[in-house]
Amino acid sequence: MHELSIAHSLVEVASKAALNADAGHVARVHLRLGLLAGVEKDALLFCYDIAAEGTVLEGSTLEIEELPVIVHCAACGVDTTLDTIQRFACGNCGALTGDIRQGKELSIDYLELETEDAAENIADSAERAE
Amino acid sequence: MQPRILQIQQSVLSKNDELARGLRDRFTAAGVTTINVVSSPGSGKTLLLTKTIERLVARGYRVATLVGDLATDNDARRLAEAGAPVRQIVTGGNCHLEAHMIEEYLGDWDLKDYDFLFIENVGNLVCPSSYDLGEDFRIVILSVTEGEDKPLKYPPMFNSADLAVITKIDIAEAVEFNRDAAHASIQSVRPGMTILEVSAKTGEGVDVWVDTLIKRHEGT
Ligand SMILES: Nc1nc2c(ncn2[C@@H]2O[C@H](COP(=O)(O)OP(=O)(O)O)[C@@H](O)[C@H]2O)c(=O)[nH]1
Ligand SMILES: [Mg+2]
Ligand SMILES: [Zn+2]
Repeated sequence: MHELSIAHSLVEVASKAALNADAGHVARVHLRLGLLAGVEKDALLFCYDIAAEGTVLEGSTLEIEELPVIVHCAACGVDTTLDTIQRFACGNCGALTGDIRQGKELSIDYLELETEDAAENIADSAERAE
Repeated sequence: MQPRILQIQQSVLSKNDELARGLRDRFTAAGVTTINVVSSPGSGKTLLLTKTIERLVARGYRVATLVGDLATDNDARRLAEAGAPVRQIVTGGNCHLEAHMIEEYLGDWDLKDYDFLFIENVGNLVCPSSYDLGEDFRIVILSVTEGEDKPLKYPPMFNSADLAVITKIDIAEAVEFNRDAAHASIQSVRPGMTILEVSAKTGEGVDVWVDTLIKRHEGT
């Protein structure tokens, strides 16, 4: 399973970007995941918390947008979405096609940062808990 | 209150992809054809590469090989017997090779001294698919004992390959291998992919495979 190493790369890229932007703590990470990226959504979610530990992403939520595979058909010229990645056939005319237009994505889209209010709330509740 | 947003739009594997681009540039500049071989454990990568190296060396080609292995150096020793330099990449439990490992283990090899660089990836049909190693061609191997529908179980890997090789055809009949079904499932996840059939044991099909490699080398 390589999702832990993917999760570490994800955290590295996101936390570097957050630190460069002096963004403080991150609340949510939005990821675009193509069905052909070779990464299992649930396994990645499972590994994410471990990878985020001790970084500005600790305790944040990973939001994964799964992207279906879109292929272009040379026979009829139409782009269609595959129902299954087990069969690369045009949804319009049925011809087999390997011309992939979407589905290999594994990229961080954007981060939602913790607002100061939210950070204070967390600090307050931490104090109350003590 | 609106959440603050920080746009990123960056690939999670951007570091690996960047290293792989650098490697690809180096391979191209040196004129070496680099081939990343992936399959399940036991599909016949090492035996096919051993026979391939022997034949290429006999025909005057200069070959080097990197082999990823989880724990042992058995494959590296077997490959070295074919008469060309081999280095083992100890992955330390990692289930795939990454571009930084290739860079590290190439070390002091002068790529200009070679026509072919083979990379035997870790036996695994899932993890290696996401990692570009800078290769010119990715070869996926399927042996006749694995079931004809295997490509349907691992579409990202089969889809990411440039050529498929079906191995162990010497025992195809004994295991009731359904050739048409295997070809159909490969074509279903990677339309148009070239499929070769070989036996590294008997040598059947190996010359066609080696000729294909040489043609691709001359084309690059
Ligand atoms: N019958 C037969 N056995 C093979 C062939 N190629 C490999 N093997 C056997 O399959 C086993 C695994 O082969 P190996 O090359 O180590 O596979 P790898 O794990 O993919 O590197 C070994 O016992 C090989 O001798 C072949 O073409 N025919
Ligand atoms: Mg091997
Ligand atoms: Zn069509």
